[in-house]
Formats: sequence, C-alpha cells, structure tokens
Amino acid sequence: MEHVQILEDQPRGLKDPVVRTLIRVFWILLCVTIVEVGFAFLHYFTDFPPRVLLNAIFISLTVVKAFFIVAEFMHLRHELKNLIFSVLVPLLFIIWGITAFLADGNSWKHMRNETPVIEHLSPWRNDMHASH
Amino acid sequence: METAVKVKKNWWTGGQSPYNVSYGKLMMWFFLVSDTFTFSALLISYGTTRFSVNYWPDANYVFNKFFIIKGNMPLLSVSLMTFILIMSSVTMVLAVHAGHLKRQKEVAKWLFFTIIGGLAFLGCQAFEWTDLITEKGVTMTHNLLGPVVNGHATAGPSAFGAFFFTITGFHGCHVFSGVIINIIILINVLKGTYEKRGHYEMVEKIGLYWHFVDLVWVYVFTCFYLL
Repeated sequence: MEHVQILEDQPRGLKDPVVRTLIRVFWILLCVTIVEVGFAFLHYFTDFPPRVLLNAIFISLTVVKAFFIVAEFMHLRHELKNLIFSVLVPLLFIIWGITAFLADGNSWKHMRNETPVIEHLSPWRNDMHASH
Repeated sequence: METAVKVKKNWWTGGQSPYNVSYGKLMMWFFLVSDTFTFSALLISYGTTRFSVNYWPDANYVFNKFFIIKGNMPLLSVSLMTFILIMSSVTMVLAVHAGHLKRQKEVAKWLFFTIIGGLAFLGCQAFEWTDLITEKGVTMTHNLLGPVVNGHATAGPSAFGAFFFTITGFHGCHVFSGVIINIIILINVLKGTYEKRGHYEMVEKIGLYWHFVDLVWVYVFTCFYLL
C-alpha cells in the first residue's frame, strides 16, 4: 500500500497531533467530572447550591461529557452528515420519553398524596419491613 | 482552466456507502442506537418511579464506603470508578489510533491497559454491591434505607434496589462482555490476524462499543449518584 511510507513518518507519542487532541479531551472529561463531584461535596457540606440549581448543573455537565465522548472518542464529529443525522435524530424520541414519563410520575405522586387509599396500593411499598 | 472546480460529492447516487463507513461499523452504530433506547427506557422508568414517591434514599448516605476503609466517605469510590472508566476509554481510543497507523505492538499495549481498566471497574462494582447488600440491606426486593419516623428506621421504597441493581447490573454486563471481546481481539492482534487482513477495523468496532459503555456510565453516574 502507498500509505505505508506516510504511516512510518507519523510522529510517535505526544508529538502526534491526534494523540494530543485525545489527551486534551481526556483532561476535559476529567475536569468536568471533578467539578461535578466538587459541586456534590459543596452541597453536602454547605447546602449551598439549592437542589434545583445543583441538578441543572449536573445534567448540563453530563450532556457536555456525552458530547465529547461521542464527538471525539467515537469520532462521530468527523463522520459524514448522513451518518451523524441517522444516529442523532432517533434520539429525539428519548427527549419526548423523558418529558412525558417524568410528568406522568409527578402526577402519580400528586394522585397518591391526595387520595391516601392509593398509597396502600403502591407497588413500591415494602410491607415486610414497614410494619414496625 | 487551471483552478480545480470543487464539486460537491453526491453520496446517494449508488455504488458506495452513503455513510462512507464499512458495513460492520455502520451496524455497530445502529446497534448502539438501539442499546441507547434500552438504557434510556431503564433510566426513564427509574426517573418516573422516583418522581412518583415521596421519599428516596440519599445517595450521599447510600454510597459512603471507600472499599474496606472505615468511615463516612460519600461519592469517593464511585468517583474512582468513573475515573477508571474514562481512563480505559482513553487507552481504547489510543489503541484505535495505533490501529489506523498499523502499529501492532502499540495496539496490543493499549488494548491490554483497556482490559485492565475494565476489570478494575468490575472489581469496584463488586465491592459496592457487596456493601449495599450485606451492610445496608438493599436488594432487588428489599430496602432498609427508609425515612426515620419517631426515631425508628423504616423501610424505604423497594424500587430503589430494584432499579439500582438492574441498571448498574445491565451496565456491568456490558462492561463484562466488552472485556471478553477485548481479550479475544487482543489475542487476534497478537496472533497477527489483523496484520494479515491489512486493517484494524475490528479494533475500531470494539472501540465504538467501549466508548458507548463509558457514555452509559456517565449517565448512570449522574442519575444514581449525583441527582
């Protein structure tokens, strides 16, 4: 193959620009994780970021991490648009699923709290240990 | 005319893959999309149940053991697990890159580190499950971590254990099969199978799978330990 000569000339280790990019992505992922855990500890000791704000931070940082893993590690960013859209568009169903089902869970909670009888019908109640 | 005219390539005229990837890689992508739906169904049902109950155990208390060390150390062991999985993802992507450059020894080296990372992750998970089952009394059907009423501990929602063990177990299953496939591919690399074949595409495919497992862990970590 004609590529072989080029491949032999490729710099090794950290001199390789691709490797440098990958290492940079690794540092980003690590830092985001440390920030997440840091916020979790901050909340644990000081109660400072209120729970709603904290959850919003966690979810957005998770999406950031997911973006870097899929785009750089899985190389999706460098693929054709055809492939990118074939993979990403079906995921819109998940957004619908999260919205619809979490709202459903919430209304279930309201129903249960407003009609005490339903509490006893809850499938999640553990009767073996709840008696004492 | 001297200047070359840039013609936009039409990928849909036939005779080539409109995705510009091989059949195997494309099918790995579609498998991962379907697996994404499986995991999101599990996580969404977990979220729905959690939204529907008044009490849910506090992750900072539930996961407060750092292996065998005594004391209250919330989140530490699971942060270590996340770090291990990110590390093994990096070694895997380095193996894929070495495969592009056809460097057999480097591919083998990075694959070996990836396998070690996967095994270390599974070991941590075994510790965590053991602590949860034997010390905290959480199983698929029981949960002793309920709210304290009048100074007495009560039972919590048993769904906590059911969802936790199902989802982390399903994810651990993916890690385990990934380790097995990695070992098989490492053996093939060492035997020179891909050298003879002329390309290391198999390493790319298992690479996609392994990064997906890492991606799922990012979500499991957020949903179970942070939120």
